[in-house]
Amino acid sequence: MSLVKLSTSALAIAAVTATAAAARDQVQVAGSSTVLPYASIVAEAFGENFDFPTPVVESGGSSAGLKRFCEGVGENTIDVANASRQIKSGEIEVCAANGVTDIIEVRIGYDGIVFASDIAGEAFAFTPTDWYLALSDTILVDGQMVANPNTNWNQVNASFPDQPIQAFVPGTKHGTREVFEDKVILEGCEATGAFDVLKAASGDKKAAEKACIGLRTDGKSVDIDGDYTETLARIESNKDGIGVFGLAFYENNTDKLQVATMSDVVPSTESISTGEYPVSRPLFFYVKKAHIGVIPGLKEFAEFFVAEEIAGPDGPLAEYGLVADPELEKTQTNVADEAVMNSGS
Amino acid sequence: MSRKSSLLVQDRRTKKRNAAETLFKGYGMIAIAIGLLMLCILVFNIVSRGAGAFQQTFVTLEVTLLESKLDKNGNRDLADLKKVSTFGYAPLLKTAFEQKVTKAGLDTTLKTKAMAGILSKSAPADLRNFVLANPDQIEETVEFEFLASSRVDGYLKGRVSRDSIGNDKNISVEQLDFVDQLITEGSLEKRFNLTFVTGSDASDQRPEAAGMGTSMIGSLFMMLVVLALALPIGVAASIYLEEFAPKNWITDIIEVNISNLAAVPSIVFGILGLAVFINYMHLPNSAPLVGGLVLTLMTLPTIIISTRASLKSVPPSIRDAALGVGASKMQSVFHHVLPLAAPGILTGTIIGLAQALGETAPLLLIGMVGFIASNPPDSIAAGLMSPNSAMPAQIYEWAKRADPAFYERAWGGIIILLVFLVTMNTIAVLLRRRFERRW
Repeated sequence: MSLVKLSTSALAIAAVTATAAAARDQVQVAGSSTVLPYASIVAEAFGENFDFPTPVVESGGSSAGLKRFCEGVGENTIDVANASRQIKSGEIEVCAANGVTDIIEVRIGYDGIVFASDIAGEAFAFTPTDWYLALSDTILVDGQMVANPNTNWNQVNASFPDQPIQAFVPGTKHGTREVFEDKVILEGCEATGAFDVLKAASGDKKAAEKACIGLRTDGKSVDIDGDYTETLARIESNKDGIGVFGLAFYENNTDKLQVATMSDVVPSTESISTGEYPVSRPLFFYVKKAHIGVIPGLKEFAEFFVAEEIAGPDGPLAEYGLVADPELEKTQTNVADEAVMNSGS
Repeated sequence: MSRKSSLLVQDRRTKKRNAAETLFKGYGMIAIAIGLLMLCILVFNIVSRGAGAFQQTFVTLEVTLLESKLDKNGNRDLADLKKVSTFGYAPLLKTAFEQKVTKAGLDTTLKTKAMAGILSKSAPADLRNFVLANPDQIEETVEFEFLASSRVDGYLKGRVSRDSIGNDKNISVEQLDFVDQLITEGSLEKRFNLTFVTGSDASDQRPEAAGMGTSMIGSLFMMLVVLALALPIGVAASIYLEEFAPKNWITDIIEVNISNLAAVPSIVFGILGLAVFINYMHLPNSAPLVGGLVLTLMTLPTIIISTRASLKSVPPSIRDAALGVGASKMQSVFHHVLPLAAPGILTGTIIGLAQALGETAPLLLIGMVGFIASNPPDSIAAGLMSPNSAMPAQIYEWAKRADPAFYERAWGGIIILLVFLVTMNTIAVLLRRRFERRW
C-alpha cells in the first residue's frame, strides 16, 4: 500500500527535522497587541530591505509576552517582547532568575487612548471628572462616599445629553486599562476631592488610589477582554455605548466612530506629541542582549525599528498612528551601543 | 359484538393516530426548513461579505527607473543596488504620477505625494524587487501594475464613499476625484486577484496585499503530520483493541478513556502541546510540526472510534471463513477484514482531518496567531519547522485588525476554508458511496 510508504517516509522526515531543530534564522517577537501593528509594519519592511527573513510577530498581550521573554535564554525562547507599559521590577526578577539578565529597553514612541462613540450619536466633550463620576463604584456626595447613583450622562454633567451611561472599557489584562485608570479615573477622583476623603479615611495613599480606580459592576461599565474590534462591534449594536480605543484603531474607522475630546483637546498625533492631549502612554520593546549575534538580524531589526525613516515623525509608524518619540535619537544610540537596563545608561 | 371496522372508513382512533403522524411529519419538515434557512443565511452572509476579497483594484503606471536614484555608482552591482531601501524607491512613483498627469492631461491640484498615496504601501517593494531581479532595466521606462491602497479599493467596492471619509486622514475627496479620472482614463480597475489565494500575510498598513497562500501551506504541513501520525497509530490501536485484545477491565478502561478523550475541548490539547512539545521537548515555537502533533492528539480519538466502528461492521462470517480455511488470525485481519473496513476508515480519517483543519484554539497557545505567515517555506524541512500560521488562525488574526479591509479578507478566508472542508467531506461521502459494502 503506497499510503503506508508515504506516511512512513513523511514520519521519517518529521523525525529527522525534529532532531535538527537547531539554528533558527528569523527573529521572534511576541507581546502587546497594541504594539503588534507597528511591529508587523517594521517586520515587513525589514524583510523587504534586508537579506534576513521577515521576523515573526505574535500577539497575546504585554504580560504574556514578557512572561515568555523571561522564560530563559536560547533559540527556543523569543528574542523581543513588545509591551504597552514598562517592564515591572517583579518581571525583571523573574527574568534574572531564569538567566535573562541583560535586557535592552527600547521606547518606540507614544500611543494615544481615545474615547469614541457611534458616528450618528451625540458628541461628547469629556473631562476625567466626568468619567470618574460615570464609572466609579463609589463617588463623593456631600462629603460622604456613596454607591454611584448616576444612570444617565446628564446626571454626570448637566451639559451632556440625557443618554444612558454605557461604557466599554478594556479588561484588566490589557495594558490600556492601566492607563485608563491612572490618567482618567484617578485624575477624576482627585479632581472631585474623593481622593482626599478616601485618604483621610484609610490614612494610606496606596489604599486610596486603589479605592479610587474601582469601577462599578452594575453593567454600566463593561470590561472588554477581546480586541478593539470587539469594542467596535458592541458600539455598533448599542448606539448609546462609548468605547475606549487606541488612536490608530479610531483613525482606521472614522466612518463608524466619532471621537470625544478630553479636557477640550481633540486627540491626534500632533496634540499627543505636544502633550496637550492627556491620555497617552509610551510603547516599548525589550531585546535580549544574549541573543544578539546568535539570532541573525536581531540587532539590525532593533536598529531598523527605531531608525528615523521608520519611527520618525514622517515614517510609516507615525502614518499609522504612532506618536513619534521626540527623544528618538537617544534611543537610537542606546540600541546601537546595546545599552542594557540598570547599567547607568 | 357491535364493533365494526372497515378498511375504507377510518374509526376515531385511527384518525387520531394518523393525525399525530401528519403533525410529526410537519414538525420534522419545519425543523429541516429552519436548518436550511440558517444554512442559507450563513452562506449568503459569508459570500456577500467575503466575495470582495477575491477582487482587488490595480493601477497601471509607467515608471522610469532613474539611474540617479537607484544606482548612483552606475555599475549595476547587486550589493550596491540592495543598499537603496524601499524608501528610496518612493520618489520614482511620485515622478511617475507627475508624468502621467501631463501625458494624459489629467486635471488635478493634488501634490505628487497625495497622488502616490492612492497606491498600496507595497508598491515601492514591488518596484525594488523588480529592479533587483532585472538590473539591466535601469534607465528604462517600464509599465507596472500596482495594487491600489485599501481605501481606494474600498471606494471601488462601495465600502468607502465621499461622505464617510470626512475624518479619515488616509484619503481625501480630491484623491477620490483623481481616482475617478484614472478610472475613465482606463489605468485603474478592479479585477480578480490571485494574490489573495496564493500570497503571504501583510502588515496592518497594507491589507490589500495580504493573502492566504502561506497559511494554506502551513495548514497543509500540519495535515501531513496529522495524517502521517494519526492514521497509522489510530488504525493500529483500533485493530489491536477490536481484534486481538482480551476483553477485560483494562481494555474497558482504555475504551472509556478513548471516548472521553474525543470529548475533551481542543484548547486543552493546546496547553498540553505548549507544555510538552515546546517547553519540555524544546521544539520551536509557531512550527507547523508542533501544530500537527497537537492536532494529532485531537484527531486520534476520532479516527480510533470510526475505525473500530467500521471493523465491527465487517460480519464475523468473513473472519470465520478465513480462519476456517486455515488463515492465521493476523492473515484474516489484514487480508480480509481490513480491506473491507478500509472505506469506513478513510471516511473517518478525512472527517477527522477536516475537523483538525478548522481548529484554531490549540494554535493560539503554540504561537501560530499573529503576523507570522509572511515567508513561504522553501523546503519540506522549513515547511515543518519554520514559523507559519494556519488558515483558521489567519482568519482569526485578520478579524482582529483595525482596517475594515482586513475584515473583508477574513470573510474571504472563510470562503477558502469552507471550500476545503466541503471538498474533503465530499470526498469522504464519495468514497463511502463507491466502496462501501452492505451485508
